[in-house]
Amino acid sequence: MAEKDKNHVHYRDVNENPCNMCMPMGGILALKGIEKSMVIVHGSQGCSTYMRRHIAEHFNEPVDVGSSSLNEKGTIYGGEKNLRQALDNIVKVYHPALIGIVTTCLAETIGEDIERITGQYLIDKEMEDFPIVTAATPGYGGSHFEGYFLTVKRVLMQLTAATKKNNKVNVIIPNMSPADIREIKRILELMKIEYVLCPDFSDTLDRPFSRPYTKMSDGGTKLVDIKEMGGGLATIQMGITLDDSISPGKYLKDEFGVPLYNLAIPIGVESTDVFINTLVEITGKTVPESLQKERGRLLDAMIDSHKYNFQGRCVIFGEPEMVYAVTKTCVENGVFPAVVATGSQGGKLNELVGLAVTDFLERSNLFIETDFAHILAASQDAKVNIGIGPSDGKYLTEKGGIPLVRLGFPIHDRVGGQRILSVGYTGTMMFLDRVTNTLLENKYKSYRSSMYEKFYQSS
Amino acid sequence: MAEDNAGRIAERDGFIVTKGKNKKQLQCDTDSSAGCVSQRACVYCGARVVLNPITDAIHLVHGPIGCASYTWDIRGSLSSGAELYRNSFSTDLKEQDIIFGGAKRLNAAIDGLVEKYQAKLVFVYSTCIVGVIGDDLEAICTAASQKHNIEVIPVESSGFIGNKSAGYRAAGDALLRLIKPSEPIVKSNSINYLGDFNLAGEAWIIHNYLRQIGVELNVTFTGDSHYTALKSAPKAKLNIIQCAGSMLYLAGKMEELYQIPYIQISFLGIEDTAASLRKIAATLGEKSMIAKAEALIAKETARVEAIIKGYREKLQGKKAAIYVGGGFKAISLVKQFREIGIDVVMIGTQTGRKEEYETINNLVDDGTVILDDANPAELERFMMEKGAHLLVGGVKERPLAYKLGIAFIDHNHDRKHPLSGFEGAVNFAEEVYSTVCSPVWKSLSKSGIDRGVTNHG
Repeated sequence: MAEKDKNHVHYRDVNENPCNMCMPMGGILALKGIEKSMVIVHGSQGCSTYMRRHIAEHFNEPVDVGSSSLNEKGTIYGGEKNLRQALDNIVKVYHPALIGIVTTCLAETIGEDIERITGQYLIDKEMEDFPIVTAATPGYGGSHFEGYFLTVKRVLMQLTAATKKNNKVNVIIPNMSPADIREIKRILELMKIEYVLCPDFSDTLDRPFSRPYTKMSDGGTKLVDIKEMGGGLATIQMGITLDDSISPGKYLKDEFGVPLYNLAIPIGVESTDVFINTLVEITGKTVPESLQKERGRLLDAMIDSHKYNFQGRCVIFGEPEMVYAVTKTCVENGVFPAVVATGSQGGKLNELVGLAVTDFLERSNLFIETDFAHILAASQDAKVNIGIGPSDGKYLTEKGGIPLVRLGFPIHDRVGGQRILSVGYTGTMMFLDRVTNTLLENKYKSYRSSMYEKFYQSS
Repeated sequence: MAEDNAGRIAERDGFIVTKGKNKKQLQCDTDSSAGCVSQRACVYCGARVVLNPITDAIHLVHGPIGCASYTWDIRGSLSSGAELYRNSFSTDLKEQDIIFGGAKRLNAAIDGLVEKYQAKLVFVYSTCIVGVIGDDLEAICTAASQKHNIEVIPVESSGFIGNKSAGYRAAGDALLRLIKPSEPIVKSNSINYLGDFNLAGEAWIIHNYLRQIGVELNVTFTGDSHYTALKSAPKAKLNIIQCAGSMLYLAGKMEELYQIPYIQISFLGIEDTAASLRKIAATLGEKSMIAKAEALIAKETARVEAIIKGYREKLQGKKAAIYVGGGFKAISLVKQFREIGIDVVMIGTQTGRKEEYETINNLVDDGTVILDDANPAELERFMMEKGAHLLVGGVKERPLAYKLGIAFIDHNHDRKHPLSGFEGAVNFAEEVYSTVCSPVWKSLSKSGIDRGVTNHG
């Protein structure tokens, strides 16, 4: 991991209300975006169940994840027997096209060699061609954010081959909502661009109601497409904050010479422009008029709201990549990012945020590897009046009266986390409306009483 | 490999029976099989659900961040006072701590938290890797306890040392340490209420009933309880147990150590609520209580039945599937469904015990599928085979039911509405009606966009 700017790490002996989850959680999410894949969490039973519960609540989807259900015996003598049994049973019930195995703190601490175990398993079962992706994701190794990208990288490392050049743009997707992924795909299709989007859980974690129910859902990045990503025209990776060690795009560049464009998530005018212009640069395609109109509507919306937004002092928290994209968008609209925070390691987040917030009269406070107790204290010091981030920010509302615009993962106290749209010109417009209206709602809620208290004097 | 097209797993056969068809004994209370996608959580989860409702305790998870993150304030337990329990504290172990041991970090965490929150009670939960790297929780907690002159209690809840039931036991052991009196016990005339976690105020509902019939309540384990109240637990003369899975062990120990007998009760559904109130009054043996209990039951039953009757007419003949955490809850649910005219066609639990499954077997109709430690594939198969109209379960089961196009009832620790007592019986009937009779299902049963335009006048 990169050298961290020590000033921004809030060192502490205890984490009071976590602002991040653990590595295997990210691994599960990434693997859910691969066609007909099943995941096994190598560890004790609780890990898979707790993560399933969290994911199911955010997406409102069934989330089947296997566990090697390590017990005391497996922990002492090694979990090979359990992992092999788990593979047997998952194959039998789900008939997956791929199995991903992520490890837990337990498996990593007892030193499980999952590559050797799975390699031998496939030989024994005469299934040498069956793809098993392994990722070492100890819960103490990083947050779900790092686990997500590391697992995507592992998918490419194990499935992508040197292949002849093709015309497709590789698009590496961070943990964003299925609605966001679908919006990215819509833009690519509007521009008539051939692409491989990975991972793609826009259908697998937000599938339409249909009968009969199938245990494996349709959708996800196709295995044949992943194989050919080594021959792609270029890679656009929405991972500008990423440390090189977990960068899937960097891997494709180093291994297969695929040019890498590492961009911010396209939220906001500038980031969306960069995304579209990069597509134009790579493919030579033109920007359709309909997209130009969407951009114009966004600008119109920004003008409509700009004065209200200037009253916003926000706290932004969550995964580094989303935090950066939202910070950029707030800056663009005059909302002051008073506190910018992540529970993850942050990668290049601190330097990027530093560059983004230079135009304000005040200094923004950036915290990485932090927790909600600290975020609340910093937000109250900075007189924040709006929060933007996942549901756990409800703590800021309850304890600090800070209204919250829900964005990111997980959204577990509202319905529709999977349907929140925030990317592209249209998504940005919708996001901005949510922010502005939250500011307005809060202002109008207390307007009459606060003005009365401030100015009225009885004669 | 024993296998058929439905992807059945041979090693699961013993855990599934059909009433009337198989004579075999159902297997239960064992570890989950690898790769079976069990709906169960872990030892830590079991311990945390039992202890977390203690409102003025510091709940400190010793381990990497995930365990604390996934359990932060996700329960519906309510408090009439302290709010400390709604935080999730973690030592947030990193790689260096795994290599060199987490003791230093744990010491510092306890010191910091105790100073900041001035608590009298700290629970330190051990997680999987703490069990492996071997931090001496006992010694650390004892030292911290002496240093701060408060109770710092280790909870031996490493995830891999069993299933959720082992967590209940770990919580029971922690509670036994907490309630151990330092002075001789002076018995009172009161009772303890075990196995109610005050989800959406359920313990308060039961307190109100007990107060009305003249029963003095000492302390609830653990809904809306606190340090001082729990300390007084040994002086009670009777323990009543709602959630048997989590509390039978503790009750047994309390009987042995403090001569407090226990009875099992259930406040789920009208039938069980009425029977339980009678049982408590009869056990305490005071005539005035028995009379007051009868008066309360008569009044409440009349009120509630009038409401439920309307729902029953709409629900008559529907079929329910049950998949919940514990056996005692499952048993009550069978009766409760009967009260509203619904038959149970599938029933299972995560941690039910042998005796509970025997009761279930005696209670359900022939042909009902009974299963232990089920998984999504089995739930799907049997709900479809049996033509269930609704499933009652937890958060993970809900989307499965909905994707199958069937109704769903939340009966989990996360819910925000009470299902206990007479009030709860009404809520239950209302919730069943709201989901089984929702107009939503009509949209699903029509053939879709191609059904054409029929209403253009």
